[in-house]
Amino acid sequence: MSDFIRHMPQRGSLRAREQLVRIHLDPFLLAMLLVVMVYGLVVLYSALDRNAGVFNAQVVRLALALVVLLIAAQVQPRTYLRWAPVAYVVGLGLLVAVLIFGVTVNGSKRWIDIPGLMRFQPSELMKIAVPMMVAWYLHERVLPPSFRDLLVSLAIIALPVALIVIQPDLGTGILILAAGLAVILLGGIRWRLIAYAGIAIAVAAPGLWYTLQDYQRQRIVTSFDPESDPLGAGWNIIQSTTAIGSGGLFGKGLFQGTQSHLDFLPEAQTDFVFAVIGEELGFVGVVALLVLYLVILMRGLWVASKAPNTFGRLLAGALTLVFFVYVFVNIAMVAGLLPVVGVPLPLVSYGGTSAITLLAGFGIIMSIRTHRTW
Amino acid sequence: MARSLAIKDEHAEQRIFRARALIVSLVAIALMGVLVLRMVQLQVWKHDFYQTRSDNNRIQIQPMAPPRGLIYDRNGVLLADNRPVFSLEIVRERVGDSAEDLDRFIEEIRAVVPVSDNEVAEFEKRLKRRRRPFEPVALKGSLTEEEIAVLAVDRYRFPGMEINAQLARHYPFGELFAHSVGSVRRINEEDLRKLDPVVYSGTRYMGKRGVEQYYETSLHGEVGYQHVETDAHGRIRQVLDILPPVSGQNISLSLDSRLQIAASGALGDRRGAIVALDVRSGGILAMVSHPGYDPNLFVGGISPADYRHLITSRDTPLFNRAVNGQYAPGSTFKPIMGLAGIVHGQTNWERQVEDHGWFRLPEQERIYRDWSWKKDNSGGQGVVDLHRAIYRSSNVYFYDLASKLTIQQIDDFAAQFGIGQVTSVDVASASPGLLPDPVWKRRMKGEAWYPGDNVNMGIGQGDLLVTPLQLATAANVIANRGRWVRPSLLLASDGQLVELVENEPSPPIPDVSGPTPDDWERIVDAMEAVVHRNKGYQQDGTAWAYIGRDIGYRMAGKSGTAQVVEIRQGEEYGEEELDEYNRNHAWFIAFAPADDPSIAVCVLVENGGGGSSVAGPVAREVIDAYLLPQLAAR
Repeated sequence: MSDFIRHMPQRGSLRAREQLVRIHLDPFLLAMLLVVMVYGLVVLYSALDRNAGVFNAQVVRLALALVVLLIAAQVQPRTYLRWAPVAYVVGLGLLVAVLIFGVTVNGSKRWIDIPGLMRFQPSELMKIAVPMMVAWYLHERVLPPSFRDLLVSLAIIALPVALIVIQPDLGTGILILAAGLAVILLGGIRWRLIAYAGIAIAVAAPGLWYTLQDYQRQRIVTSFDPESDPLGAGWNIIQSTTAIGSGGLFGKGLFQGTQSHLDFLPEAQTDFVFAVIGEELGFVGVVALLVLYLVILMRGLWVASKAPNTFGRLLAGALTLVFFVYVFVNIAMVAGLLPVVGVPLPLVSYGGTSAITLLAGFGIIMSIRTHRTW
Repeated sequence: MARSLAIKDEHAEQRIFRARALIVSLVAIALMGVLVLRMVQLQVWKHDFYQTRSDNNRIQIQPMAPPRGLIYDRNGVLLADNRPVFSLEIVRERVGDSAEDLDRFIEEIRAVVPVSDNEVAEFEKRLKRRRRPFEPVALKGSLTEEEIAVLAVDRYRFPGMEINAQLARHYPFGELFAHSVGSVRRINEEDLRKLDPVVYSGTRYMGKRGVEQYYETSLHGEVGYQHVETDAHGRIRQVLDILPPVSGQNISLSLDSRLQIAASGALGDRRGAIVALDVRSGGILAMVSHPGYDPNLFVGGISPADYRHLITSRDTPLFNRAVNGQYAPGSTFKPIMGLAGIVHGQTNWERQVEDHGWFRLPEQERIYRDWSWKKDNSGGQGVVDLHRAIYRSSNVYFYDLASKLTIQQIDDFAAQFGIGQVTSVDVASASPGLLPDPVWKRRMKGEAWYPGDNVNMGIGQGDLLVTPLQLATAANVIANRGRWVRPSLLLASDGQLVELVENEPSPPIPDVSGPTPDDWERIVDAMEAVVHRNKGYQQDGTAWAYIGRDIGYRMAGKSGTAQVVEIRQGEEYGEEELDEYNRNHAWFIAFAPADDPSIAVCVLVENGGGGSSVAGPVAREVIDAYLLPQLAAR
C-alpha cells in the first residue's frame, strides 16, 4: 500500500508525459516555451500599459500559434521532406507576387492582401521553407558537402533572400540567410571554406556599404555612435540603453518603468520589449530570460542530434539556430551592440506573425523528435 | 544519384553533425556571455549613469514666473495689471514629418483665424531653435475671445494645435501713462547678458521704461519652481514638488489718474510735456509727454510695421519729453536770476532800469533784444524794477543783471534749484539738463566764456537746458519758499509706506540759501502779478489776458518762450515764416494757491509759440482740475 502511494504521482506524471509524446509533443521543450511565453505576457502586460483589450488579442494569437505547433508536430517528417521543394517554389512565387501585387506599408512591400480574407507576409513562410529546402537538397548528398553542392545550396538561399531584401526588409532577409547558412554549417562545411568566405566578406564589405539604402547606413552609423543624432536615429538606442541601465540589479519593479510608461522608449511593446524587461525586472530578470532561451537552444540541438537521418538533423538544428539568431540579434540591437534591424524578441514581442512561424518551427522539431517512422 | 547513395555513411554524418552542434552550442554560450557582460556593464557598472539619465528624461524643473506686482495711482486706480492672454501653439511632431504637412496645417489654421505672414515667419524662426521633442511652439499670440471660441470648435481638425494661457501685462489706460508708468518689453539677447538667469528663468518680459523700469526688482517678484514628471511628448504626468513663486510687490504711485487725464486733455494733439507736483511732498501728480504710444503694443510683441512707424515719426512718440526733453527755459528762468541778483547784491527790489527794447554790452556792436523789440528800435517796457521785470518779463532788466553777475554766481545759485542735475528719487533715466560754465564751454566748443554768454543766460537762453521735470521741480522750490523736497513717483508699496530695494535713501538736498523770507514773498508776488495784474495796456501781467480774467484762486506763474533758431540781427521773429519745427517752444510754470501752494506745474508746448498765450492756459486747466474740486469741497 505504501509502495502504491509512493509511486502514484510518479506514475501519473509519467502517464501525462507519455500522453504528450503520443500526440507528438516534446514535454520538456513545450514546458520551456510555455514558461517563456508566460514570462513574456507578464512583461507585455506592463509594456502595453495594462491595456486588457490589446493584451487579450495577444493571448489569443499565442494560443493560435500553439495550435499551429500542435498541427505541425502531427505531420510526419517524411511529409516535410517530400513537400519541401513545393513549399520553396510556392514561397518564391509568392515573393515575386509580393513585388508586383504587394501592399506597401511604411515604404516597403511585404504584404499580400487577400481581400476579405487575410493579409500575410510570404517572407514568413520562407523562414521555414528555406532551411527545409537546403536540408532536402543536402539530405541526398554525401556530407560534408562538395563544392558544387555548396554552390547549389547557396543559390537556394540567395534567391529568396534577394527578393526579400529588395522589398526592402533587411531584418527578415538576415534571418533567412542565417537559417540557410545554419543548415550548411551543421551539414559539415569545411572550416577552410568558412575562413575563405569570411575573408571574402571582409574584402567586399566596403562595396556592400554602397549597396545599402540611406536609412540602413544611417542605422549602422548611429548604432555605434547614438549621441551623434540624439533626437533622430540615435534616439531609440539611447532610450533603450538608458532603460536597461537604469533598471540596475533588480529593476524598478513591474509597471514601474519610467522609460516605457512615459513613452521615452519607442517600440516598447514590439522590437524593444527587451528594454522593458531590463528596466522593470533588472539584471536578474534579464539573465533568467537568457537562461531560458539558452535551455531551449540546447534542447533543440539535442533533438536534432538524435534525429535518425540527415534531413531531420539539419532541419531541426537549423530551425533551432534561427530561433537563437532571433534572440541574439534582437537583444544585441536593443543593448546597442548591433544596428537597429526589425527583429522581434521571440515569443515576447507583441505581434502574431513571428510567434506563429517560430512555434510552427518548434512543431516541426517536435515532429522530428517524436516520429519514429520515416 | 546512385553514386552518392553508394558512399553515404550515416554514422559519419551523425558524427559530423554532433561535432558541429557542440561547436555551435559553445559559440551560442559565448554569445550569451557577451550579452550578459553587456548587461553587467549597463546595469551594474554604469547603473548610476543611466539612472541619472533616466531621471533627467522624465523629471523637468520648470520655472514658474511670478505674477508681476500691480501698479495703482494714489487713489487706488489700477494703472498696470496682469491678464491671461491665450496663444496658439503648435506641436511640430504631431503635425506630420514633411515641410508640406506643416505648410498645409498652417494654411488650414489660417482659414479659421487670421495669421499674418510675419507671424508665420517668426514661428518658423522659433521652430529652428533648439527645443525638446514635442515642445509646443507659439504661432500666434494674444488670441481674441472670438478666435479662441472658433478654434475650440475646430480643435478636432488640428491635433497638433494647443491653446495656452499666460499672464501678460496690461495697461488699461493705454497711451495715457505710456511715459510715466512706462511698459514691459520682451527680454532680448542683450538683457540676458545682464540679468540674473536664475531670477529671470521663467520671465519673458521686463520693465524697460518708466516706473516699470525703475521698480523692476520689486515688481518682478521671486521665481518659483516645480519638479514635474513629463512623458516623451512633453506632457506633464504629475507634479512632484512645488516651490511657488512669490509675486511682485504691488505699488501705489503719487500719480493722480484724473489729473493725468485732465493734463493730457489740456495738451490735446500738441507735442509737449506737463509735470505736476504735490508741493509739500514732491510727489509727481501728473507726468504727460505727447505724443504717446500704446504700451500694450509692446507686450504682445510689436509688429515691425508698427514699430517702424513709431521710430520714424517726426513727432518721436517714443521720446519721453517730460524727463528727457532738454530745452532752453527761456523767461521761466527769470525769477531764479532775479533772486540771484538780490542775493549777490547786484540788484534790490527798488533799483530801476530803463528798458527801451534792447541792450548792448559796453563797447560791443551786438544788440540783445527784448521780446517787444521792433526794427525801428522802439518797444521795451519803460522803467522797470524787479517786480515789473518779472510780470512784464523784461529781457533788458535781466540782460543788465546777468552782465553784472559772474557766471559762477549764476551757476551756483541756479544749481540750488536743481538745474543741471537729477534730483528726482525714482524717475527712470531722467536727464540732467545743462548748466553751462567756462570749463564746459572750453571742453565742448573750444571757446572762452564771453560776457555775452552771461547776457544770454540772463533770459534763460544760450546753452542753458532744462527738462520739464526739472523746471517743475524749480517751480516747486519757489512755491516752498526755498525748502526742498525731491520729486518722486512712489507713494506706497503693498499699501504701506515701505522702502523698496530700489530706493537707497537719497541724501536730502539743502534748502536754497540766500534769499530772505521777504525776498521769497516778493518774488512770489511778482509771479502772481504775471497772472493776476490787470492795469491796462503794457501794465498787465503777461499772462493775465489769457488766464487771469476769471480765475477763482491766486496763482503764481511765469511764462517762457524759448527760441529754437537764432533770429538774425536786425530781424523780427515772424512765426508764420518759420517751419513748424523751428518755431519757439512755449513754457509756463505755475503754482497755486500762491500763499499756501499745494500744486506746482510746468507746461511745455513744443514749437507752440508764446508761453503766456499757449502754455499758460494749459497750466491753468491742469491746476483748475486739481484745485477747483478741493476748493468747492471747502
